[in-house]
Amino acid sequence: MFDRRLLTHFDWVLLLMIGLIACVGILNLYSATASWSAATPVYLKQISWLGIGLLIAFAICIFDYRHLEYLGFLFYGINILLLLFVLFFGKTSMGATRWIDLGFFQLQPSEIMKIVIIITLARYFGDRGNLRGHTFSELLPPFLLLGFPALLIMKQPDLGTAMLVLFIGGTMALFAGIRRGTLAVLSVLGTAAAVGGWFLLHDYQKERIRTFLNPERDPLGSGYHIIQSKIAVGSGGFFGKGFMEGTQSQLSFLPERHTDFAFSVFAEEWGFAGCLVLLLLYLLVILWGIYIARRSSDRFGMYLALGVVAMLFWHMVVNLGMVIGLLPVVGVPLPLFSYGGTSMITTMIGVGLLLNISMRRFMF
Amino acid sequence: MSIDSEWAIPGLKNRFLLISLAAVAIFLLLLCRLWYLQIINTERYSELSEKNRIRYLPISAARGPIFDRDGKLLVDTRPSFDVAIMRQDMDDKDLLLERLAYYLDADTETLGRNWKSGVGFPAYRPVPLAEDVGRDAMERIQENSVDLPGVLTEVRSIRAYPYADFAAHIFGYLGEITERELQTRGGEGYRGGDFVGKSGVENLLEPYLRGSEGQRRLEVDVKGKELRQLIVREPMPGNRVYLSLRHDLQLAAETAFGDQAGSAVVLDVRTGEILALVSRPAFNPELFARGITGPEWIALLQDPRHPLQDKAIKGQYPPGSTFKIVTALAALEAGVVTPSTSYDCEGSMTLGDSKFRCWKKRGHGRTDLEKALRESCDVWFYKAGLETGIDRLSEMAFALGLGARTGFPLDGEKDGLIPTKQWKRKRFRAPWYNGETVIAAIGQGYVLTTPLQLAVMTAAVANGGTVLQPTLIKRVEDWQGKELLPSERMISNTVQLRPGNLAAVRRGLEAVVNAPHGTGWASRLDGVKVAGKTGTAQVVRLKSDEEKEKEKDEKEEPYRFRDHALFVAYAPAAAPEIAVSVVVEHGEHGGSAAAPIARNILETYFGLGTQTPVGEPGDAGD
Repeated sequence: MFDRRLLTHFDWVLLLMIGLIACVGILNLYSATASWSAATPVYLKQISWLGIGLLIAFAICIFDYRHLEYLGFLFYGINILLLLFVLFFGKTSMGATRWIDLGFFQLQPSEIMKIVIIITLARYFGDRGNLRGHTFSELLPPFLLLGFPALLIMKQPDLGTAMLVLFIGGTMALFAGIRRGTLAVLSVLGTAAAVGGWFLLHDYQKERIRTFLNPERDPLGSGYHIIQSKIAVGSGGFFGKGFMEGTQSQLSFLPERHTDFAFSVFAEEWGFAGCLVLLLLYLLVILWGIYIARRSSDRFGMYLALGVVAMLFWHMVVNLGMVIGLLPVVGVPLPLFSYGGTSMITTMIGVGLLLNISMRRFMF
Repeated sequence: MSIDSEWAIPGLKNRFLLISLAAVAIFLLLLCRLWYLQIINTERYSELSEKNRIRYLPISAARGPIFDRDGKLLVDTRPSFDVAIMRQDMDDKDLLLERLAYYLDADTETLGRNWKSGVGFPAYRPVPLAEDVGRDAMERIQENSVDLPGVLTEVRSIRAYPYADFAAHIFGYLGEITERELQTRGGEGYRGGDFVGKSGVENLLEPYLRGSEGQRRLEVDVKGKELRQLIVREPMPGNRVYLSLRHDLQLAAETAFGDQAGSAVVLDVRTGEILALVSRPAFNPELFARGITGPEWIALLQDPRHPLQDKAIKGQYPPGSTFKIVTALAALEAGVVTPSTSYDCEGSMTLGDSKFRCWKKRGHGRTDLEKALRESCDVWFYKAGLETGIDRLSEMAFALGLGARTGFPLDGEKDGLIPTKQWKRKRFRAPWYNGETVIAAIGQGYVLTTPLQLAVMTAAVANGGTVLQPTLIKRVEDWQGKELLPSERMISNTVQLRPGNLAAVRRGLEAVVNAPHGTGWASRLDGVKVAGKTGTAQVVRLKSDEEKEKEKDEKEEPYRFRDHALFVAYAPAAAPEIAVSVVVEHGEHGGSAAAPIARNILETYFGLGTQTPVGEPGDAGD
């Protein structure tokens, strides 16, 4: 039953690029946490997460992604239940309730939701080949599908993830096509929602946005991250301070330098030249992902690939924008670069889906 | 094999192109931002990153040491281990203070108070928490620096006084710079918290002693933990100061005073150099170096014997019979007496309605100049003084350096007082009376002198009339031995005295010490001929006869009413080298209280060892 073409059509290019970025990321983590004394060094943990992630990605490759089309709504339902569970019984850490304690693992349903919403919307848009773009009423179901979990996630509160879920859905909808009139109405509504949403934000979230607009207003508090990160990035110059020579990171001025601000460490030590190379790699992954979507053999695959690309893209853009002071600090990790099992596994699930779609492009 | 046709959406190609371009555009935007941060603003951020990790801390310079004239170290510096805190680097203040208290074996409250005192400091300036904590505590702090984020240990050099209160008034003391001093000395690089000389040599030679501070560069992490340190600039220690003092003379004089209050000055009659300058009781300057406490300060201020006052230059006493040297010289130079002029002393002299007594009730009988000096006959000087007149007396006193500041370099020297007719008119709007001349002639009444002035006068008599400005600084050298401030012999005045007159007075002064009835017998030495003059200064002036009679009935006069005892001397009598003046407050008789102290000083100077006091003083009445 196994089609030999699957092996011959395996997407080595994508795997190579992902592998490259992951290796640079691990090297970077090695430098960022060199001064720490821990039983298991962070970079070793990250290597094991990468290993697990790769296994998952390969596992995803084995079955045909098209089965997901039918499983999508089931996943969606389960995921909503998990989010509700978190809302009422979740584990609270650092003021946010995002996790379900499984003993060996802290499950974060909002992370899984990113993938599930991609599958769900891929099915919705894949089913409707609208020639003239979607109307308002056609967009209502996906809007509800997207809005409900987004609200639940925002409630945790996890503004970053909620925003990402909305961005992913929005990107997919936009690609599927929206009528001009509808788009105009949506833009107005969106602006109104943003303004209204301000009042729904938690104080600390408002504070982050205010601080983002003017970091100096609280240089030792919430503005500290942005200021120190900009100092790290800026002081890197063209060629950087050299591997493990970044004073901002090695001397711990940079907060969360192994997670959200891992890129600042990289920028400080490798400079503009290094950043250029890394950003090109990321961009190539995105463009290659779009290429996979374009070549996919069905609409579901196309939307699925696009959704994954949107997920990776927004993670990159939001994280990079945040550490270089273009966007507020919202706690979004940089795929393959920030330390963390959840992020790594979500990313590798996405990569697995891309590989899956890519190798099955000749299946008809 | 494209399958676009099967499920294609119209314009799909364009849409793919569009999102690809959008992705590229957003990445370009990110790159532009990186370019802006890393290329355009790299300098600014590099500077900020340096500032983040580098702390510049001053290294205090060791203050210059102070030596005596022979190179004996009198004042030094020693390390003081201090603990301070960098507020921007710490996290939990209370926990930190608690831990520090444990390691320092101090109480949290004191640390908390010190902490509060630094509240107004800028965040980058360390707040001192504990000073001079000792080497052990310092090591405990350094070993546990991980638990103590933001805590800095600093080695500061502080003044050390190996001889405790020895010569304290000469050295003076250090204190933290005041707001006002900061303003006046702003240009010299002083900062709040610096210690500066407040009095004495420390104050006089502050610019020489201070040195210049160094700087060290610390690389710190975000918690302020020291990771590496580099010395950027070594501190330059202060210069070496050599005083004209002789340690052994100073020590001998201080020891000889015992518990008594008073002052002694020892001068080289040839140069004007101060060899010893004693003021007792004294204080321990170490109290100030480590930071004097409120109660300690109040105790010093309120001590009735004024330990903080330098009595040698600020103490103003009636010179008593030591002034007879001035009266004798004035009378001789005025020509109203000759060395052989004799008066009859019957125990008193009557002038108008007043009766002026001689200290010796029975009287001295027929008395010439030599006997008058030797036995300190008051009547002889009453008469000679009256003949001379107050203005000629005061003229001689001024000429010999009394009644005006000598020009001694230390701060706060007092003028003393030599009365004149004009002075009295101005001061009291009253004419001068002859009775006042009479008592001025024996150094009572309005006359006030400082022990230093008496020493200068004695030196002038010893060296033939040259009034020298007393100097204290022998030389100042830098650490390479280069002389920065040489001493100078400075002549204030030269008094023209007829040799015969001077010789007659000097003969009398030799007799004071060496003749059997001399009042200064107690300072006589074997081997070196000493010349001198005793004095007793009445503390309570213008006592009525009744009061005097009443006092005689009481066995002990209260301490504060007892007369001051004075003695001035020079030696060797034939070729004088040093002059000494001694004032023992409330010591009663110059011969018995002050002369022995001078004797100890002279013994030490001439290296004679301690001799047993020689027999009975002739008449220790003065």
